[in-house]
Amino acid sequence: MSMPFYVSPEQVMTDKAEFARKGVARGKPSLVIECDAGILMMAENLSSLSKIGEIYDRVAFAGVGKFSEFDQLRKIGIRYADIKGYAYSRDDVRGRALANAYSQAVGDAFTQQLKPLEVEIVVAEVGDTSLAGHENNAIYRIQYDGSISDHHGHCVIGGAAEDLSEFLDSRYKEGIPLGEAIALGKAALERGAEGEPSIDVKNLEVCLLERERQGRKFTRLDADRIGELLNA
Amino acid sequence: MQFKGNYQGSSFSELLTVDFGHLCLNWSDLARGFDASAIPHGTTIMGFRYAEGVVIAGDRLATMGHRVATRDMEKVYPTDAHSLIAIAGAAGPAVEMARLMRIELEHYEKIEGEPLELEGKANKLSQMVRQNLPAAMQGMGVVPLFAGYDKRRGVGRLWGYDMTGGRYEETDYEATGSGGIYAAESLKKSQRPDANREESLRMAVQALVDASDEDRATGGPDVVRGIYPIIDFCTESGIERASEGEIETVFRAIIAEQTERRRTAS
Repeated sequence: MSMPFYVSPEQVMTDKAEFARKGVARGKPSLVIECDAGILMMAENLSSLSKIGEIYDRVAFAGVGKFSEFDQLRKIGIRYADIKGYAYSRDDVRGRALANAYSQAVGDAFTQQLKPLEVEIVVAEVGDTSLAGHENNAIYRIQYDGSISDHHGHCVIGGAAEDLSEFLDSRYKEGIPLGEAIALGKAALERGAEGEPSIDVKNLEVCLLERERQGRKFTRLDADRIGELLNA
Repeated sequence: MQFKGNYQGSSFSELLTVDFGHLCLNWSDLARGFDASAIPHGTTIMGFRYAEGVVIAGDRLATMGHRVATRDMEKVYPTDAHSLIAIAGAAGPAVEMARLMRIELEHYEKIEGEPLELEGKANKLSQMVRQNLPAAMQGMGVVPLFAGYDKRRGVGRLWGYDMTGGRYEETDYEATGSGGIYAAESLKKSQRPDANREESLRMAVQALVDASDEDRATGGPDVVRGIYPIIDFCTESGIERASEGEIETVFRAIIAEQTERRRTAS
């Protein structure tokens, strides 16, 4: 009978964290910016596989890292939100509850599974001015180990997140118009893309949680619309 | 609430049955020997094609046996930006079916990243009607109509159903519910595929007036309480509901003509 080698829990956790961090850092960053029209979500994306998705009326999702893993999380979130809205009401589906559920699930996978999830995700909820108590935006970031944080103004996930975050910090101002927010986001993403100083608009995935829209507030902006807004 | 379940697909109603059985009690077995007249029933709904797409309309009355259950029930529901469901039959399960249908289409679109084809939507509804068959056998059937604008083909399309989930695409018009036969008779004479919006609105109001004249369970326009039928137009640009004001104007014109005809004949 062979005896397994002893590895200290600290070592296991450090190794897992390093593994997950490396996986996340390999991916291109995604970012979320609060603007006058609502909440803008952007990523450089050369494929037709989405990194950003609609969850519910006012709630959206963005993920970086391993596609199969964060896309699975996106689907779980949609199921959770739709069931909750069906069992209670559409206004009961909130970003914070979803972010907490994600945090639990990702954290459990980190401690219990041999391989942690190589993902980082954002849950964004746009406020609805017609509902008292629901007026404010909310942005939650969930990391590979399940740690959760809330953000105001903007939030970056994925490779070079800290550098991009500093870049946005120095230029972001509250209530920034949508067109300017897209230009700012594009400039930030271009910083992340080493050796490719300019990102083609066609390779940008841009989604908006539009505050003034009725019902489902999530929209995907196509290249033409992005071009229009950038030139406005 | 459970976060991760076993279900992996993209259908909301399947998700409910697989992972959330407690939210979708199958009550059809419990309905044996049940007096179906003790629950509200919705009555007349209809749909027909016109130049720009398709019209779906329904009266507002729900009855329990010979009693009025609700005077202002809604029987026409948009299921997404370009499709609609109208419901007749046992009101509880019918409204639930309309609600599930809407969530079903939205859920599929979000999970898969693109919406179902119009035909796929109509087929999904067929399965939902079929699942209700045991209850239908106890007098709690749901018979919907489904319509929408097919953006790929550039036409309005319309489907009728039977209680077994049979799905029949109609090229002209379809009406169902207790007053459906009279509404269909009315539409048989008036409906034209090249009619414009104004003409179509009149056809719809006329058909509902005819149905409510012959069928006691169909509610005509109620000018005293200000309750009017629901008439939705589905075109390439989306769904538009006729305003109560314009329905009232058309209704009053129809009544005035009928009165005038009787007066001059005597």
